Amino acid sequence: MRIEATGIHIALGGRPVLAGVDLALVPGELVGLIGPNGAGKTTLLRILANLLMPDAGEVRYDGRSARALGGDALARGLSVLMQGGEVNWPLRVDHLVALGRLPHRRGLGGLSAADRDAVARALDAADAAHLRLRTAGHLSAGERMRVLFARALAVEAPMLFADEPVAALDPFHQLQIMELLQARARAGTGVLAVLHDLALAGRFCDRLVLLQDGRILADGPPEAVLTDDHLRRAYAVEVQRGQRDGVGYVLPWSRIGPREEG
Amino acid sequence: MSDLSRQAGEATRSPLPLWFAMTAGTDTERRQATPSHALLVTGLALAALACLAWSVATGYAPFDLSAALGDVLAGRQTLPALVLVELRLPRALLGLLVGFSLGLSGAAMQGLLRNPLAEPGVIGVSAAAALGAVLVFYSGLAGSFALALPLGGIAGAALATLLLFGLVRRGAGTMTLILAGVAIGSAAGALTALALNLSPNPYAALEIVFWLMGSLADRSMVHVWLVLPPMLLGWGLILAGGRALDALTLGEDTAASLGFGLGRLRLQLILGTALAVGSAVAVTGAIGFVGLVVPHLLRPLVGHRPGRLLLVSGLGGAVLILLADIGLRLVRVQPELKLGVVTAIIGAPFLFSLIWRLRRSP
Repeated sequence: MRIEATGIHIALGGRPVLAGVDLALVPGELVGLIGPNGAGKTTLLRILANLLMPDAGEVRYDGRSARALGGDALARGLSVLMQGGEVNWPLRVDHLVALGRLPHRRGLGGLSAADRDAVARALDAADAAHLRLRTAGHLSAGERMRVLFARALAVEAPMLFADEPVAALDPFHQLQIMELLQARARAGTGVLAVLHDLALAGRFCDRLVLLQDGRILADGPPEAVLTDDHLRRAYAVEVQRGQRDGVGYVLPWSRIGPREEG
Repeated sequence: MSDLSRQAGEATRSPLPLWFAMTAGTDTERRQATPSHALLVTGLALAALACLAWSVATGYAPFDLSAALGDVLAGRQTLPALVLVELRLPRALLGLLVGFSLGLSGAAMQGLLRNPLAEPGVIGVSAAAALGAVLVFYSGLAGSFALALPLGGIAGAALATLLLFGLVRRGAGTMTLILAGVAIGSAAGALTALALNLSPNPYAALEIVFWLMGSLADRSMVHVWLVLPPMLLGWGLILAGGRALDALTLGEDTAASLGFGLGRLRLQLILGTALAVGSAVAVTGAIGFVGLVVPHLLRPLVGHRPGRLLLVSGLGGAVLILLADIGLRLVRVQPELKLGVVTAIIGAPFLFSLIWRLRRSP
């Protein structure tokens, strides 16, 4: 599925959050959505996923509006892993992951053989198969994120959105989730991930979109986006640069004066 | 010790993962889970039917059930036949219907609000239904025709539902819904108290208070036919929301991304609860705790899945109400114990045990 947003404007609580955003997402690409707090990353992700209506502009899915496409088709075509990892009841992990099959299920029956296979594949891909009989309440933060990731994978949608999937994780699990996202993109899924860690974003993503004050400041390959000038303007920081195995990375190093948010 | 390893340690210490570890590797857990759910539903349905039969067989006067049944089937208008059809059967059927409505709505509200302390009364419709019936008492209409009371209750429930939908407009959050429900419930409670306060004589007040305590005694088949259509409609609306409630486990945005919008689900469940519980309160008065306690007790048996809890909780509610109504007739206390009093006496210790458990788990 190809997702194209044009001229997105939205104000929340009287404050303009996005002011004229154009963005196109295609299959097989891992896109990192970066930008300072309050830049509008989550709002943009929610608009792209049809979870929030923009005040102006439109989002088209393979050239069609969400309404024309239909809610079920959209739910099967676009899977969303939200920030925070809300799980309200202590479900068993395999039951939780099976919630990702809801858009595919018809009638009153239980899970079909195809649904069960998809759940097993998702658990395997997220390295969570061994957790499947545990309950959600008994998972560490890393295990929980992998289980929720498996839930999002179980939809087997051609597009996958993840809002800050590595925010609360230790370095080991950050790398693990980033590798999983990259693997999905290599397998043909279009992936959009909101990220704060510039080093991870620059290393794993095929393309970065840098948001600042509701506008796209830069959109392109990591080396073209993570320039000193862009990072000064967006984050008001100076960075250290390094290189390993031919891959460059940036490390935020010092602040440049105070930055006014939003 | 790190958070991670501490949590892992806790996980292995608790008995649940141990059980899971013992059953792991069989690779048949899902195939086993489905029959066990079917077994649970079948078992509870059979228990509800058994309680229904037991309730019909229970009463104060000596009564030959088989003879009465024979008379009814043969079309003979004997006293036992009349007792069966006019007294025992409606009481038992209403117990089943009201219990199912309360258990089902309780599970639906807990799932919708994602709060284990929610209950059908949270939307204020039960209090409004009670107020409607009390106003019928107060105005003296109760004596004018047989169905004045339940119709007053249904009118109260309907008005409260309209008011609720007026207050909770599109886009309003869950907090607004709860506040609106609490406001309607409080207003209805205040007006009920006012009616009692201004009651023309102490006997009228006593009658109102007794009715408010909730009872299945002396209801007829007409009551059953009156509440059956709105209840069935309400049940249908709620049961159709099972999958959306499952999706809502992961939060509003994730549920919406799975194709289940919260706005539609909320409308569906509130309307379903208003129909089922509004008509329940209209014929039986307020019966508390069932909608709170039953979903709680049964939730672990369905793996905490809110969708699967619905039917199970409805059946459990029917069993609990029927058992309580059988129990209060077996203890033979006069005047007869009110059903709402009995369910509250059963329910209150349950709440204490809940607090006890909450205190022990940090």
